[in-house]
Amino acid sequence: MAKEGRIFGFETRMIHAGQVPDPQEGSRAVPIHQTTSYVFFNAEHAAQLFDLKQYGHIYSRISNPTVAVLEERVASLEGATGALATSSGMAAQLTALLTLLENGDEIVSSNHLYGGTTTQFTYTLKRMGNTVHFVEPDDWDGWERHIGPKTRALYVETIGNPQGSIPDLERLAQLAGAHKIPLIVDNTLATPYLCRPIEHGATLITHSATKFLGGHGNSLGGILLDSGKFDFGRFPTIAEPSPQYHDLRFFDTFGHYGFLMKARAVTLRDVGAALSPMNAFLILQGIETLAVRMDRHVQNAQALAEYLSAHPLVEYVNYAGLKNNRYYERAQKYLPKGPGAVFSFGIRPPAGKTAREAGKEFIEALQIFSHLANIGDVRSLVIHPATTTHAQLSDEELKAAGVGPELIRLSVGLESTEDLIWDLDQAFHAVSG
Amino acid sequence: MGPGPGISCSIRLNTSLTPEQKKLYQDPEVVQHVLNTARNVVIYGLSSDPQKASYFVASYLQTAGYTIIPVNPKGGTILGQKVYTSLREVEAPVDVVDVFRPRHEVPHILDDAIAIGARVFWQQLRINDLESAERARQAGLISIVDLCMKMEHGRYSGGLHEAGMNTEIISAKRTHRWL
Repeated sequence: MAKEGRIFGFETRMIHAGQVPDPQEGSRAVPIHQTTSYVFFNAEHAAQLFDLKQYGHIYSRISNPTVAVLEERVASLEGATGALATSSGMAAQLTALLTLLENGDEIVSSNHLYGGTTTQFTYTLKRMGNTVHFVEPDDWDGWERHIGPKTRALYVETIGNPQGSIPDLERLAQLAGAHKIPLIVDNTLATPYLCRPIEHGATLITHSATKFLGGHGNSLGGILLDSGKFDFGRFPTIAEPSPQYHDLRFFDTFGHYGFLMKARAVTLRDVGAALSPMNAFLILQGIETLAVRMDRHVQNAQALAEYLSAHPLVEYVNYAGLKNNRYYERAQKYLPKGPGAVFSFGIRPPAGKTAREAGKEFIEALQIFSHLANIGDVRSLVIHPATTTHAQLSDEELKAAGVGPELIRLSVGLESTEDLIWDLDQAFHAVSG
Repeated sequence: MGPGPGISCSIRLNTSLTPEQKKLYQDPEVVQHVLNTARNVVIYGLSSDPQKASYFVASYLQTAGYTIIPVNPKGGTILGQKVYTSLREVEAPVDVVDVFRPRHEVPHILDDAIAIGARVFWQQLRINDLESAERARQAGLISIVDLCMKMEHGRYSGGLHEAGMNTEIISAKRTHRWL
């Protein structure tokens, strides 16, 4: 029987990729290597490890055996050449940018982003001497206009937050390719089960693994992946000599692993945003059921979006799974299994109430949805930005930020569909009653 | 030395070869066989600069237990080994000729490799002279193209995995892995 050539499916890889049972102990579950450091065989071995001339663990800020299983597993699921896990999704994207950018460099980014990312790009990167130009994801003139000689990457989210927008990944990848810069895609809301941006030409992928990958709301984590297909041979920070390693040229020496080796051996080592082995273990537990959970998340999200779009107290629903949504066709192309399970809708206030008041009352009346600032949990979650994360903004400022006072964001969990609809229904009654 | 008994897997990432060419020049079982059985490895074009890729590969393979035989017209000593100025001068039996030279030099390196009776002709990552690859095969050599011997050893011995890379190995078998 021919053994070679078998290409294993997504579900097989979400359970097995990255872990071959260890020869010494044979542990079947992924062992938790709760250790800071690793014993050298001798001084020469240590020197070779520090010189990157041998593979192997030195210190858990740089790499760890449990974390390595997570890295290879997500790399397999995304079709990436490798991965680097970090302490959070914010750390993953910052690690990517710190590896690519020098002082004075720029990126162009979609403006449909998670708020924390917008803040990181606008303020923290600016303080480090980098400029981020924001454009509407479908404004092609805008993308072109902002790409200049200092532009080092394009940045976009697979499913824009909270507008639920779906960018044209292939066109963006072509644009990035034409300018010989990588396209970075935050694939958190889709997960590799619903969309694999590398298959559409993306170079670097980031995730908040805290969300659907882990899926149980118990652990922070992030991950950065490289397709291995982008030619970093002329990309300054990867191709030019790195003084931290005796002028090592990461692309020359490590080829398609050059970006990730530099991200690990220089950026992560210096920044210190490493993932703990315990969190890696918990996120891996989540990934083992990713496909099963995502199918159900999407099924529940679709049912709730349809229920909401027919409700008289709802002004709009931003979910690309609805046929009348402007991103429906694009979602069919890029996310054929469903456009995720996080979406927003606008509450229509009954007479005598403002949208802000109606939103607040609605949230407070919910019994099953948890009111908190996270997404991608088995539990259904809800937040009303106007009275929480964005409470200090006026109605006009809210609208300018793309988050009107009527906007409520849901992250649909895995509870019984009828119970979730029941909960929304009784909360609407509380608002209108 | 070699990484131990074979692991069956399909390796698809990071190559310029077509699926048909991969079957001829990148068969995972053949690569594992080479890694397991080779002892003397010529590093053709080994640089004395410790930050060059050839030096990384040579020092890694030496630590893994292979005897490395440098070939470089400059001569001298690298990694404690005598540097031969020509492949034809190498006295020891040669298992692998691992080529770190530009593509246009590959045909004459192959002539020498055939002349000294080398068993394996290995063109490093991003070196892919397919005509020479085919000629090596016809001459009875094992012919490997566009792969890094260090990365391949690391793939099957666990090191590549430790660096967070996608080895593409999927297996529930408990196997011995030697370094």
